Amino acid sequence: MNKLLNWVDDRFPLMSMWNDHMGKYYAPKNFNFWYFFGSLALLVLVIQIVSGIFLTMHYKPDGALAFASVEYIMRDVPYGWLIRYMHSTGASAFFIVVYLHMFRGLMYGSYKQPRELIWLFGMLIYLALMAEAFMGYLLPWGQMSFWGAQVIISLFGAIPWVGDALTLWIRGDYVISDATLNRFFALHVIALPFVLVGLIVAHLLALHEVGSNNPDGVEIKKNKDENGIPKDGIPFHPYYSVKDIVGVIVFLMFFVAVMFFAPEMGGYFIEHANFVPADPLKTPEHIAPVWYFTPFYAILRAVPDKLMGVIAMFGSIAVLFVLPWIDRCKVKSIRYRATIFKVNLAAFVVSFLVLGYLGMLPTTPGRTLVAQIGSIVYFGFFVVLWYTSKNEKTKPVPERVTK
Amino acid sequence: MRKLITALLLAVAPSLVFAAGGGIQLDHANIDVSNKEAIQRGAKTFVNYCLSCHSAAYMRYNRLGADAGMTDQQLKDNLIFTRNKKGEQTKVGELMKNAMTEDYAKEAFGTKVPDLTVIARSRGTDWLYTYLRTFYVDAGRPSGHNNKAFPDVGMPNVLWEMQGVQQAEIRVDDKGSRHVESLSIIKPGTHSVAEFDQVVNDLVTYLAYMGEPMQLERQSIGFWTLGFLLIFFVVAYMLKKEYWKDVH
Repeated sequence: MNKLLNWVDDRFPLMSMWNDHMGKYYAPKNFNFWYFFGSLALLVLVIQIVSGIFLTMHYKPDGALAFASVEYIMRDVPYGWLIRYMHSTGASAFFIVVYLHMFRGLMYGSYKQPRELIWLFGMLIYLALMAEAFMGYLLPWGQMSFWGAQVIISLFGAIPWVGDALTLWIRGDYVISDATLNRFFALHVIALPFVLVGLIVAHLLALHEVGSNNPDGVEIKKNKDENGIPKDGIPFHPYYSVKDIVGVIVFLMFFVAVMFFAPEMGGYFIEHANFVPADPLKTPEHIAPVWYFTPFYAILRAVPDKLMGVIAMFGSIAVLFVLPWIDRCKVKSIRYRATIFKVNLAAFVVSFLVLGYLGMLPTTPGRTLVAQIGSIVYFGFFVVLWYTSKNEKTKPVPERVTK
Repeated sequence: MRKLITALLLAVAPSLVFAAGGGIQLDHANIDVSNKEAIQRGAKTFVNYCLSCHSAAYMRYNRLGADAGMTDQQLKDNLIFTRNKKGEQTKVGELMKNAMTEDYAKEAFGTKVPDLTVIARSRGTDWLYTYLRTFYVDAGRPSGHNNKAFPDVGMPNVLWEMQGVQQAEIRVDDKGSRHVESLSIIKPGTHSVAEFDQVVNDLVTYLAYMGEPMQLERQSIGFWTLGFLLIFFVVAYMLKKEYWKDVH
């Protein structure tokens, strides 16, 4: 066994890669609950890729056949329903896990110097994930697939001068059609997964270069022992590999509970209207995106002008990219930051949830008003952060990580 | 337990009204897809009253046979009334289709006739149960009937022989919209109200089953999977504890 390992090692950096990323990657020993979601995101990615491969073996990316092929998978393919529910539940699970992962970053200042690039790669992953989910949602070719895509793509039409030409170019037709379905299929199963995996590799390489942050926001590399090992660090393997397995199992319990007992999740994970085949002549009474897009959809609808709404919607995501430079406070963790930051972050989370809820409902004047207030609070988070973070009254940060 | 888990999962998110139908109060259907007799009775109503116009083009006869406990011969004798172009009876392994073309449907009913395989998943069982029981006479409609849950529907009142004929008390509001206040039977059918409700409940049970034939199987696999994960959790947690003993 050792001989084989040496043989490989002479030709491929197997042991050094293992040591760099697992065996001798020293992670802070004080990771808490919030640190499970990174490895869980990786797990969901694997679930999506594997279940996706099996779905493509039976799915037909054709306007006339797509809907029926999904039902064929659900009924005639042995355990096809399991694969399909795994994939549909996985899509929502991906966003749940990623939102919690991002929230962890916000709480503990994981986007701050020297981890700005990790955050930027992460944001690009989030963008790619949204594109991946959006294109995947067209494939079942139900009413909500069709009309959701119609609404979202038409947003690009609001761009002056090139808008109409751009929407035509994206769709490949004047309406969502077979041509759109085919190209979305290609992008969903080949192009975007490639981009996603590449970005995830970059995200992890950047992380392992600078080392992980932790709930105290203390740089563990500043305190090393005589062997150059951080005093507050423990090797990722076996400590965090065995710990993450526990997290994986708990996560899977929730995952399979949804998958086996409530795969539609009451219409949140699989919308009821998507059990009606796509019909270009019949607009559904109420078009709502899936839950993970609804906060941004609510911001879009809150702005009376279409172009301004589109700008606000894209802006709400774009502003997250520059977060490392908006937040000018030197202290990373929420534990040692001023009350104003805690209140500000709480308001941001509440506005995100409220907007997400409103984005699922049809509009009324009252709801639009609430969505406008929610949008102001959402953007207000960044404004308040910019002004308060420079001279924030922080608490003293300990030298070493705490229990 | 099964219902508890479903209920808990649904309780996580506040429920929204997704069903179509203009916000009328829906009657509650009592659906139990593990009741094979109900599915058999519902299937019989389905092939006799629905399948001549509506297809169930993703459902196979022998899947129904296997799930509801019917032999191929029983399916042939009781449920398969369609024939192929040569005049032979449709085979048990085939999909539940019919001879209605889209053009003919448009001519006859002014609209496409929807496939019913997954109708219970898009409309919901309560909506279907209400819809099928709330047809009322309306001389202004081509079929002579209108519907409370689906105003100005193209479908005729196919089950009238059983239910009888219903009349509606209509209230017109300030905006000119019509609301069905109440329905009463003016000409009794072959079934009493309770008997007819049972027929429709069985039919909707069948539709609920057909929308997702594997739903009982997935729940039973779900329990085994959760059980496995529970045991795995204990082992993994002990392993973690063991490794982390020396981290201070």
